[in-house]
Amino acid sequence: MEKIECQIIVNNPNGLHARPAAIFVQIANKFDSSIQLGKGEIVDGRSIIAILSLGVNKGMSVKLIVEGIDARQAFEELKRFLENSND
Amino acid sequence: MIKLKGVVASGGIAIAKAFLLGKEELSIPKRKIFHEDVSREIYRLEEALIETRREISTLQKKISEDLGFDHAKIFEAHLLILEDRVLIEDIIQQIKNKKVNAEFAFSQSIKKYIDTLLKINDEYLRERVVDIEDVARRVMRKFLKQEEKKIQDLKEKVIIVAHDLSPSQTATLPKENILGFITDVGGRTSHTAIIARSLGIPAVVGLEIATQNIAPDDKLIIDGIEGTVIARPTDKVLRDYQRKSAKIAVIKEAIHIPKAKARTIDKREIVVSANIELPEELALAHEFGADGIGLYRTEYIFLGKKELPSEEEQYKAYLSVAKKIKPASVILRTIDIGGDKFLSQPQVPVEMSPFLGWRAIRFCLARPEVFKVQLRAILRASAEGNVKVMFPMISSVEELREAKKLIEECKRELKKEGLAFDEKISIGIMIEVPSAALTADVLAKESDFFSIGTNDLIQYSLAVDRANEKVAYLYDPAHPAVLRLIKSVIENAHKNNIWVGMCGEMAGEPLFALLLLGFGLDEFSMPPPFIPKIKELIRSVNFKDTQALALKAVDFSTSREVEKFLQEELRRFLKDDYERICMA
Repeated sequence: MEKIECQIIVNNPNGLHARPAAIFVQIANKFDSSIQLGKGEIVDGRSIIAILSLGVNKGMSVKLIVEGIDARQAFEELKRFLENSND
Repeated sequence: MIKLKGVVASGGIAIAKAFLLGKEELSIPKRKIFHEDVSREIYRLEEALIETRREISTLQKKISEDLGFDHAKIFEAHLLILEDRVLIEDIIQQIKNKKVNAEFAFSQSIKKYIDTLLKINDEYLRERVVDIEDVARRVMRKFLKQEEKKIQDLKEKVIIVAHDLSPSQTATLPKENILGFITDVGGRTSHTAIIARSLGIPAVVGLEIATQNIAPDDKLIIDGIEGTVIARPTDKVLRDYQRKSAKIAVIKEAIHIPKAKARTIDKREIVVSANIELPEELALAHEFGADGIGLYRTEYIFLGKKELPSEEEQYKAYLSVAKKIKPASVILRTIDIGGDKFLSQPQVPVEMSPFLGWRAIRFCLARPEVFKVQLRAILRASAEGNVKVMFPMISSVEELREAKKLIEECKRELKKEGLAFDEKISIGIMIEVPSAALTADVLAKESDFFSIGTNDLIQYSLAVDRANEKVAYLYDPAHPAVLRLIKSVIENAHKNNIWVGMCGEMAGEPLFALLLLGFGLDEFSMPPPFIPKIKELIRSVNFKDTQALALKAVDFSTSREVEKFLQEELRRFLKDDYERICMA
């Protein structure tokens, strides 16, 4: 089992607000790995409410922690989403 | 076991399981649950979430078709909120650990997240709180639906427990399965109270904390005589009430000739009539065999209204009562506002001692422009021929004269306008102020009848504010001073050839009814459910015997002796009928 931990600068113009947060959760839900997101506290990456409550805006740095059998693939896809500037 | 005290809105005793009904405006009931209820509450939570998900998906699909996929995207976030593991886990933990109901736990968790979001210094995010609130409202509505659906599927009899009940809620209730109502708020004129009275089932309102202390399916006892509610009673209390309730049922069966007149064995005929507050209560008065309406409290038309009701509006209300009660008659008491009831219009100032203040006839005489509208409406209704008018809180003959002068003025106006009214309308007064009781001989010469209002007469005579818990124990209908006042009022009325009624609570209590009969009271007026037993009591005794009893009763020094004496006499008079009549 692989564990990947990495700081990522969020580039999405709306940060991680309702819709981007929803998309993040939807991507996360495709994988079996555990997914966590950290900014100060670390929260469940599949909880939209928890993600929203991190209050992530564009340009902020978050820690993405992925662990599990498909960790690599999940990490790549989520990272791409966070760094992508098109919603 | 827990016992709550409220206000009697409708008499009787009911024993059944509690059925909690949510409020329409989606305020959330908090209930303590027991360990064994945890899984049921979690199931309710899941049900509500699944239902909401289904609803949002349907909505999403529809909007997507109507407005395009982009517009429907936000619902993705809504759906994810409903599936949110962190949120759901948090709610379940609350249900398990804090032992609260699902909707309360749900609302607490949601609130926690909303508060967090609001703290984040970001305008956009703060606005997203709206999304969460929207989803939360949908879920709460599902919880409410569960209740509504459950109540339609009821297979057993229940007691409805609610913070308050709206007309639309009560309209859809399956009445045949409801044995009683209890609510946190409300008074004798709340919607719940009126519905309960019209259904003839007990109700206690104004319990304040009922919904917090009663869980679904709790065993409940409504004591609509004492104004109490007992939740989760001990076996002994339950047995006592079952016995009491069975007795009442038997009595209700036994006293099923209410329509007949009440005549004593030696043929003295007594009028037993009903006190009502709203025209809707007429049906009940009729059902319980009232000989007429002894007190129609007109002020209830005025309460809670922004504008004063117009002459036409009042006329219609009074006329409908007069028409429906025919050939019996109705006594309309003019506005008795102030004291404990306040109009929103016109502005009545807050007073230190409202019961001693600007109320009833004092208010009316000071505001003739308000009073005359009512007098005209009453006079016009009197064209039916069975309407009497009565002034409350008269404390001197001058007030009576002034009020009568206004009636004459109205009569002249109506005549000029060509509107019909009863030229010989009976004009009576309430005897509820000690000064009026003590000058009854003077007042009787200028009145057509008296009605003794014992509730206030006792308060004023004994200087006791019944609403003040510290002195309420002094409120005592059997006080020798009260009895002497009542006796002398009746004697002075009869000396002047006018009749006397009573519309206070005393008239409906068998113990005192016996004594009042002996004093020579001509009319007993009371809440409709009391009528059958008082009629039956009158039919079971000789007037002559009660006169002898009355003579003795006023000679005691203390109310305790009076009550003991009356109790013994009542048993002696009624013999085997005592339980049948007095327990009803």
